[in-house]
Amino acid sequence: MATSPVKPRIKLDKKEAKKGDIIDVKALVSHVMETGLRKNADGQVIPRKILNKFTCTVNGKEVFSADFEPAVSANPYIQFKFRATESGPVVLTWIDDDGSKIVGEDSITVS
Amino acid sequence: MSVSMTRRQALLMAGAAVAAAGLVDMRTSAFAANNIDELTKAFTGGAKPVAGKIKLDLPEIAENGNTVPMTVSVESPMTDSDYISDVIILSDGNPNAGIATFHFTPASGVAEANTRIRLAGTQHVVAIAKASDGKFYTASKEVKVTIGGCGG
Repeated sequence: MATSPVKPRIKLDKKEAKKGDIIDVKALVSHVMETGLRKNADGQVIPRKILNKFTCTVNGKEVFSADFEPAVSANPYIQFKFRATESGPVVLTWIDDDGSKIVGEDSITVS
Repeated sequence: MSVSMTRRQALLMAGAAVAAAGLVDMRTSAFAANNIDELTKAFTGGAKPVAGKIKLDLPEIAENGNTVPMTVSVESPMTDSDYISDVIILSDGNPNAGIATFHFTPASGVAEANTRIRLAGTQHVVAIAKASDGKFYTASKEVKVTIGGCGG
């Protein structure tokens, strides 16, 4: 599926870590997160459009994921942690209701 | 028993049935308007979650229900044999009870996540955690919301 041009903002609290260190990840992405409950001026229901799934992989291995419901705020912010075991890319993926993806990438070096 | 039943009797019987089923917990009202009971059951598979282990951090009073910061953390060593696999966040006052579900792995290191949520009004937010050994833990917190977050 298509990858959206939206650039998520990702912040790792450290880029270089010792094996076993806990890394804190903060990520923010622009998205309306339309609930599907609101109506427009004509009384028509605005269809639901949210990011329903979030996944984080480190060096190809999934470390954290989340399912979002419409009760997650617009421009969803997510913060979580992972344990550094090996160097590699940190890839964050959000999946939209329409199937498109928003992908952001950072990297970590483990010594 | 006579066929016709007064309204009061019917209500009493319904109330007794609900109490007997052990559904009156955590919340002030047993007649939740949304689907929190179904979602709880679907998550736990009928098991009864024990209070504790979870720290659910939410403001006491949220001025704007559109973005309420929420942090959930669960005490766990997060090793391959003993870790928290899933945490579900539910609301008893939103049109849909589901808010988010977090999936942790032993590689998460710490079972903690933070996001911002929408709350339609003053209500309880409930977190239920599933441990790798099949045990369930729960915590809930009441949030007073000044302006609801469901949009006009």
